[in-house]
Amino acid sequence: MKISTFGYSMKQGVKNIGRNKMFSVASIATMAACIFLFGLFYSIVVNFNYIVEKAEEGVAITVFFNKEATQAQKDKIGKELEEADGVLNVKYVSADDAWNSFQGNYFGESAELAEGFKSDNPLATSDNYEVYMEDVAKQKDVVAFAEGLEGVRKVNRSDLVAKTLTSVNKLVGYVSVAIIAILLAVSVFLISNTVTMGVTVRREEIAIMKYIGAKDGFVRAPFIFEGLLIGFVGAVIPLVMLYFMYEKAIQYVMTKFSLLNNIIDFLPVIDVYKTLLPVGLALGVGIGFVGSFFTIRKHLRV
Amino acid sequence: MIELRDVKKEYSKGVAALNGVNLKIEQGEFVFIVGDSGSGKSTLISLIMKELDPTSGTIIVNGQNLNRMKHRKIPMYRRRIGVVFQDFRLLKDRNIYENIAFAQRVTETSSRVIKKKVPAALSLVGLAQKYKAFPKELSGGEQQRVAIARAIVNEPAILLADEPTGNLDPTNSWEIMKLLEEANDRGTTVLVVTHNQEIVNEMKKRVITMKKGVIVSDEKKGGYRHEN
Repeated sequence: MKISTFGYSMKQGVKNIGRNKMFSVASIATMAACIFLFGLFYSIVVNFNYIVEKAEEGVAITVFFNKEATQAQKDKIGKELEEADGVLNVKYVSADDAWNSFQGNYFGESAELAEGFKSDNPLATSDNYEVYMEDVAKQKDVVAFAEGLEGVRKVNRSDLVAKTLTSVNKLVGYVSVAIIAILLAVSVFLISNTVTMGVTVRREEIAIMKYIGAKDGFVRAPFIFEGLLIGFVGAVIPLVMLYFMYEKAIQYVMTKFSLLNNIIDFLPVIDVYKTLLPVGLALGVGIGFVGSFFTIRKHLRV
Repeated sequence: MIELRDVKKEYSKGVAALNGVNLKIEQGEFVFIVGDSGSGKSTLISLIMKELDPTSGTIIVNGQNLNRMKHRKIPMYRRRIGVVFQDFRLLKDRNIYENIAFAQRVTETSSRVIKKKVPAALSLVGLAQKYKAFPKELSGGEQQRVAIARAIVNEPAILLADEPTGNLDPTNSWEIMKLLEEANDRGTTVLVVTHNQEIVNEMKKRVITMKKGVIVSDEKKGGYRHEN
């Protein structure tokens, strides 16, 4: 296609939007709503993932040793655990560390109550490895692996936390995908309607084009541009809105529920937009293209 | 230039709009096609435009067998044919200049050539001064002249006119026929479907008369015949 023809087709595409103002506005609004919700769910999902990831890092397996285990055996266990699939890192907790931590947690400010144990560590055989998971879903395998290692007496794990986090994460993902898929289908349908209207309004012009000898591409191009433009504008509006709303929303959540400050951490908007911006734009333009291309093929056998 | 060999066209089983038409039109001819409504005149034009395919028979135009023409070749074929309709078919939301330029844009002509050719085509039909006017600001005769300018701007080999004077008064009708004759003088083959007896009788051109899908007469310098 020549540059002048390309420019002409684009101009006609813009004019089409003007000719069917109501339908175009409805399509842009629906597309904007869809991309907005997509952005919203995406932000929720990535933040939830991020929170889960952080929480997963805190979910540890504790590996205790046999009484007669030698230091060399313990070192070997530590090394093998570090190399296991799904493990983020392994931390050695000596008997003294374990006792100090226990004292802090259990006696708190009444530390004098622990004085009686001063020279006799009750957790003398409780030195252990704390194994932090990279992927909570692999916790079960790592536990089985640890239990099979020579010199291991007992493995403590937190199945409930791991399972809950994994399944909530999956559920949020599935629900989001379902809602987004429905909304995208609605968008395609609306763009298709707008283009159908455009074809109807321009039926005479299209007939003349065909008589004069217009190629299929020339007749179709303005409608495709119309769809692309609706998709693009319908994507830019919500993406800009979400950008400014995102940080405000996080600020609001953090001030309203200040308790959360210590527990969860949100992703910065730039990190979210690294993916959301190209994907959102591609979705808008893609839906616009698909909606208009297939409609024009159906209605315009040129 | 245009040749039809035993061409049949049935819209529904057993109802023939054209029934075994044989016809040969040479380059540079001016031909009237006359006949009552339903005689097959418009079907003939549609077949030459390759809007329709014949049920049987062969159509050859500009040396191309239309039966074998691939869909993607149709636009290029139509660019060699100009067409004028009874109802003008101008784009109402564009001015006269744009209406004619449109015919060139469709064929992906460069803007530089468009700027040269559109005023020339408007001059040929005597509307150079009205290039900014919109169709609704023009009389029927003027609108048909614009339609002719649009049909000839791409310098077609064949000009098809389907009832070009059907909506016009006698004065305007004669002006339109004069323009078609001028196009013919420049070498374009012209086919005019018409009911206008006065024009057909006066111009003394080749006249093909159709009735119920067949050619009933073909005269070199003929007149309008009423076949009963």
